[in-house]
Amino acid sequence: MLWQALTLQLGYNATLVTLGATLLGVAAGVTGTFLFLRKRALVSDAISHATLPGVGLAFILMVAMGGDGRSLLGLMLGSAASAWIGLLCISALTRRTRLAEDAAIGAVLSVFFGIGIVFLTFIQTMSEGRQAGLEGFLLGSTAGMLYSDAVIIAVGGATVLLAVTAFRRPLSAVAFDPEFAASSGLNVPRLDLIMMGLVMAITVVGLKIVGLILIVALLIIPPVTARFWSERVTGVLWVAGIFGGVSGYLGAALSAIAPALPTGPVIVLVSFAMFALSLLFAPARGVLAAVLKHLSFQRRVHVRQGLLALAQGQPIYEKLTLRLLRRAGLVRADGVATSDGKARAAKALRDETRWQMARSREEFALAATFYDGLTEIETVLTGDQINELDRLIGAPKGVRP
Amino acid sequence: MTAIELATSNGTLMDDHGADAALAIRSMTVSYGQKPAVFSVDMTVPRGSMTAIIGPNGAGKSTLLKAALGVIKPLAGSATVFGQPVENARARIAYVPQRASVDWDFPTRVLDVVLMGLYRELGLLGRLRGTHKTRAMECLERVDMQDFAKRQIGQLSGGQQQRVFLARALAQNADLYFLDEPFSGVDAATEKAIINVLQGLRADGKTVVAVHHDLSTVPDYFDRVFLINTTRVAEGTVEEAFTPQTLQEAYGGRLAMGQLGQTALGT
Repeated sequence: MLWQALTLQLGYNATLVTLGATLLGVAAGVTGTFLFLRKRALVSDAISHATLPGVGLAFILMVAMGGDGRSLLGLMLGSAASAWIGLLCISALTRRTRLAEDAAIGAVLSVFFGIGIVFLTFIQTMSEGRQAGLEGFLLGSTAGMLYSDAVIIAVGGATVLLAVTAFRRPLSAVAFDPEFAASSGLNVPRLDLIMMGLVMAITVVGLKIVGLILIVALLIIPPVTARFWSERVTGVLWVAGIFGGVSGYLGAALSAIAPALPTGPVIVLVSFAMFALSLLFAPARGVLAAVLKHLSFQRRVHVRQGLLALAQGQPIYEKLTLRLLRRAGLVRADGVATSDGKARAAKALRDETRWQMARSREEFALAATFYDGLTEIETVLTGDQINELDRLIGAPKGVRP
Repeated sequence: MTAIELATSNGTLMDDHGADAALAIRSMTVSYGQKPAVFSVDMTVPRGSMTAIIGPNGAGKSTLLKAALGVIKPLAGSATVFGQPVENARARIAYVPQRASVDWDFPTRVLDVVLMGLYRELGLLGRLRGTHKTRAMECLERVDMQDFAKRQIGQLSGGQQQRVFLARALAQNADLYFLDEPFSGVDAATEKAIINVLQGLRADGKTVVAVHHDLSTVPDYFDRVFLINTTRVAEGTVEEAFTPQTLQEAYGGRLAMGQLGQTALGT
């Protein structure tokens, strides 16, 4: 059954939903990357909640003009209009008043959502139109998805994806260093507005599948997940697109085999599962990698300090240091250095002495920035430079050259 | 004023609007809220000069620089670059912002940051080619950071970050360089590397304007100073404008007389 769902053999509707969700996931992941990099993730939450009054008004308007009020395109246009007004409210509140953006977001989000709920409640009492299913826009509902709906989602998603690709350089420049971007002639407020416009387009396109409450997850979780795997904007964009697409695909397929499960929440949960795995196991930035890196660093510091103590004939009190030295065969069980230990200790002390000299001389200033108490000086300086250091240090005192 | 008084050091004549100057600021006021950070400031930077903008904390040094660049919109006044409004002269301007103004955990590598200096030239749809990367690498070599091209920027020390920012400005291949506190919090080797690059730029006839905070190095590094404390206090060559009187006027009680003597008189 799962296999059939994954290979799109579960009927017409399920196939439409799966394809639509996949494309939406890719587009949302890529668009959300810039939102995340610009540190404005929460604005998308306000945008999505601000769509609700538009959905209600568009329905009322379409019914008043004699339709049944169910045209997806009409509802999308309405939601886009009210989301845009919400966006302008946030930007005006932030720029014209002393309110911080988070306060403006909170105010706009709740007020617009409240207005939207009032409209929806009013619509329930209307006798005209087919209002059933309108509340599906809150959490997404894919049960009655039409071919034309799928086409709208596909075209919308693809357009946004193209636009984001075209604007990727200015958008990442603004996200990294807005002042420099402005100085080189980029119109930062306009680029921010373009980014928000694209986010809004994704929100509107995704209303049908995941609903306005959960769309923010599709915009934010894939980029955050992707950040664990890449150190470059291009990499984050690709990985976020892939993770987003996979979430959409798997989520839609899973909800197709268990029709009681709503599509939107399942997509979000799949997306979260990938986030959790990345958080734990990503090679460079994951939690596990960080713990291992810290432990290995700690061990190196202890061994180095232990060796320096041995070389200077100081007693070692720390149990971890002794244990590590013993395990490496550098000291005997009674804490006396082995011949290996003596050699390594002498080397460590010589290294340290050379470093101290290098760090006190201006001509070695650049190399001195590499000093961390662990790096071997041979990996930073050339043989000639080390000879020069040894000359500066001089022969042991009281010994004839 | 006579024409002779308006003549610049290299003998060319400047008109009243500084059309021949690299940068001319006229009656500029910049304000955050109701209190002006920069009030009615005039400034003229001759071509090929190296100017230090100095003044106490909160005197409006960075603000003046950003307003001149068009990064912040002034309340009044205007700036021209090589006789043109800033918007028309963007291609001739390079900028090194304060290091602390960006998030260094941003997912990008050293070379990518330098390439950002070429985005203007590339436009929206231009393709990034091998020649661009070569040029960016050359800029990294000029600040001695070529070995770090593939490093993630979060792994750099403060001095290295500053060099990368300078390399990005070099990639802009401009005629006028604005730097905001380029020597703040960097190691001695970096400071030397940066000043070498800047003096090399001047030798090539470029103009350099830097917000600077270390008074003791002003006479060694720069040939002109601009003293500001919300309003302009003094402007001119180091000999003319970097005197105990002007410093006292700009810094007031915040600078001990002994320090003044060492920095200004001692040179």
